[in-house]
Amino acid sequence: MTVLDGTRPSPAPAAHGVPPAPAAPARASSLVAQFERGLDAPICLTWELTYACNLACVHCLSSSGRRDPRELTTDECKAVIDEFERMQIFYVNIGGGEPTVRRDFWELVDYATDHHVGVKFSTNGSRITPGVARRLAASDYVDVQISLDGATAEVNDLVRGQGSYDTALAAMGHLADAGFTGFKLSVVVTRQNVAQLDDFKALADRFRAQLRLTRLRPSGRGVDVWDELHPTADQQRDLYHWLLDHGEDVLTGDSFFHLAAFGEALPGLNLCGAGRVVCLIDPVGDVYACPFAIHDEFLAGNVRADGGFAGVWRDAPLFAELRSPQSGGTCASCAHFDSCRGGCMAAKFFTGLPLDGPDPECVVGHGEASLAGRNGDARPASSPDHSRRPRTSRTSTATATATDTAAATPTATAPVPVSFTRTPPERSCDEHPLAGSALRRTVG
Amino acid sequence: MAQTYDGTRPWVLDPQVSLRPEPFGALAYHFGTRRLSFLKSRTLLEVVRSLGDQPTGDAACASAGVGDGELPRYRTALATLAATDMIRERVGP
Repeated sequence: MTVLDGTRPSPAPAAHGVPPAPAAPARASSLVAQFERGLDAPICLTWELTYACNLACVHCLSSSGRRDPRELTTDECKAVIDEFERMQIFYVNIGGGEPTVRRDFWELVDYATDHHVGVKFSTNGSRITPGVARRLAASDYVDVQISLDGATAEVNDLVRGQGSYDTALAAMGHLADAGFTGFKLSVVVTRQNVAQLDDFKALADRFRAQLRLTRLRPSGRGVDVWDELHPTADQQRDLYHWLLDHGEDVLTGDSFFHLAAFGEALPGLNLCGAGRVVCLIDPVGDVYACPFAIHDEFLAGNVRADGGFAGVWRDAPLFAELRSPQSGGTCASCAHFDSCRGGCMAAKFFTGLPLDGPDPECVVGHGEASLAGRNGDARPASSPDHSRRPRTSRTSTATATATDTAAATPTATAPVPVSFTRTPPERSCDEHPLAGSALRRTVG
Repeated sequence: MAQTYDGTRPWVLDPQVSLRPEPFGALAYHFGTRRLSFLKSRTLLEVVRSLGDQPTGDAACASAGVGDGELPRYRTALATLAATDMIRERVGP
């Protein structure tokens, strides 16, 4: 998890070094150190409004599909927004599920912006009609992120479902026609689409959108397909150089800080923000440490409890633990530890690796060794599962392939591999905390 | 519309910017540009907050207790804020 998705002006807060105040920390890492200890309120948080989704992306981080009957009501959602306003949470990343399928979606968006809480929502584009696009273009406080995981229909639809490419492009066309510039085209980088980075950039440019690339996490249904979809080591290196070349033009949500071990740091804050500057609220009000960790292990509390969201953020024992000094574990002795900080907690957890060891995609190769050394399939399933079709246990997936025809059968006992044929998926699976905002580093 | 900062001119925080005090200083978020900045000290926060009430940027620094020796660094910080539209030159009185 990462967190400050920021953008570019990179943050290494330290690099700047011109702390204006005498009291300002002079060390480069001081700001990061502050963040590691946590802030009084998240800088930005992700809020999945519903688990309902009209797509069924194979890599959905939140295993969405069916609406949960315990979903927060409109009034409960408004009370949560009131808390955001009191805590001065500048904006929230709304996702799902497909958030626009909630009947009160626009009402909640209006309520948030009326209360000084900006909204960026992720969508598969299915509800972005020309009329909606015009309305969105008229608001400074709402940003839109269209999810697309292939620069061509062939590549995209395998992951997100038949027709989802056309749907997303139609939505982008409506936004562009309405004069909405700078909306986000959000892409989860996979083994299948990593060769299309230039095409994605061209697509974003064509619609006057901004490209946002994020890392595939083995979270939610992603755990079923991660083995087949995550970029190879060579692809990671190519991705790293591509990102370096594009600098500020492309957002990443600081998603790829594990690549920093290749050399020069990528722009962004180099730390895991889980429970420190970022968190996730799910549709039933459960608060998790990060958007990629919907699992009991990372459940901090629920907004329906007496203390509300603020109480969870401030007092949850899990968050206190995440904000305490962490040892680097087996990574501490690695020369690259200061660069990658051991990588992503969720990526380790859902691949069955120890949290204090290397990231499964460790660029110096320690992850591969760890994966090989696991006993059997140690991967935990993500806790809530709202998939429309039952999933099989992950144990069989290791052998599944993208072409596994069993995937097309509705029975659920087949390996769910990359069942590339279902209907589209969705959920923009990537939320990140400061997504979209330009993390302008520091002043001072 | 990014502006060049001149400490002898009057400035004001852009109305679309929200400030959130933090132990290290403050977070500043511009709803129009969707840009987040970190103000790395409480003093800088004070300066930024008082800009609208002071005749010049330099006066705002002085009122927040910034000494002459530190002024250049604050001017640099304010220039960064001006370049990203967080603050803007005030017109009128």
